[in-house]
Amino acid sequence: MKHMVSSALVAGFAAGLLCALLQFVFVQPDILLAERYEAGELVHFQGLANLQDPAAAMDHSTHGMDTHGLKTPAEEGGHQHGVGAESGPSRQALTVLFAVLTYCGYGLALVAGMNLADQLGIKLGLAQGILWGLAGFMAFQMMPALGLQPDLPGTPAADFSARQVWWLATAAATVAGLWFAAYGAGWWQKAAGVVLLVAPHIWGAPELTGFGGVVPPELASAFAARSLAVGMITWAVLGGLAVTLWRSDPAS
Amino acid sequence: MNLIQTSARSTVLAQTLFVALVGLTLVFAAGFAQSQGLHDAAHDMRHSTGFPCH
Repeated sequence: MKHMVSSALVAGFAAGLLCALLQFVFVQPDILLAERYEAGELVHFQGLANLQDPAAAMDHSTHGMDTHGLKTPAEEGGHQHGVGAESGPSRQALTVLFAVLTYCGYGLALVAGMNLADQLGIKLGLAQGILWGLAGFMAFQMMPALGLQPDLPGTPAADFSARQVWWLATAAATVAGLWFAAYGAGWWQKAAGVVLLVAPHIWGAPELTGFGGVVPPELASAFAARSLAVGMITWAVLGGLAVTLWRSDPAS
Repeated sequence: MNLIQTSARSTVLAQTLFVALVGLTLVFAAGFAQSQGLHDAAHDMRHSTGFPCH
């Protein structure tokens, strides 16, 4: 058990650091820029909103927008970030910390799964480890994203708790579904796996009631694609590292 | 002999489940717990890993 935990934590720590690094390069700039739109400091399509009041065209503050009945999400929901919109050293440190925590958690679950497979007589090499990592990416990021796209700050979304419930249910169903599809005995177990993979998407994710994001679509699509790519790279590395460290058990 | 093997195996199984549970609890705390402090601290990470953030 000691070995299981230590290999998972080392792999998770390394993957978390890599994830934080990739985020600083590819993802965080999009978040910081989006927050300036969310706060009303920048306004997307300001020309359109200010057609009736040319004087306000020079005014990029939210007050210029309010006269036309538009509100930023920050004003609507009163949602405040204690961290603030600036990219200070503490914000970076927290991202590193939570990236490491998250991937240590995933690493523990992944190595536990590998151990379980081992008990069932399934042999795992480096190639399988990487595939298991990619399967984790599918379960915890890609398949949930099929229903709930990655959101930038300042993007409207459906009811929060409903989204959390659907996210968790989809991740759990995908883990079980991939297991049965890959390792199920007989066609009916594999078929059950496919049903589990598909079911959350037939049920359907909580839906938006309308569009009203204040963030430019170019920024939102870049963020969505980049966050998924960073997740995929991180998970593949996590799987490869985890299986390599876990198999190098000095006790066995 | 068989009994010993079985109990050793169930110990391994219990340990494995325990490790998985600890890991998922960690992910839950980092990704889902709704205290304002945790939310603010984990904010960027939650957005970019696709956890529902707010």
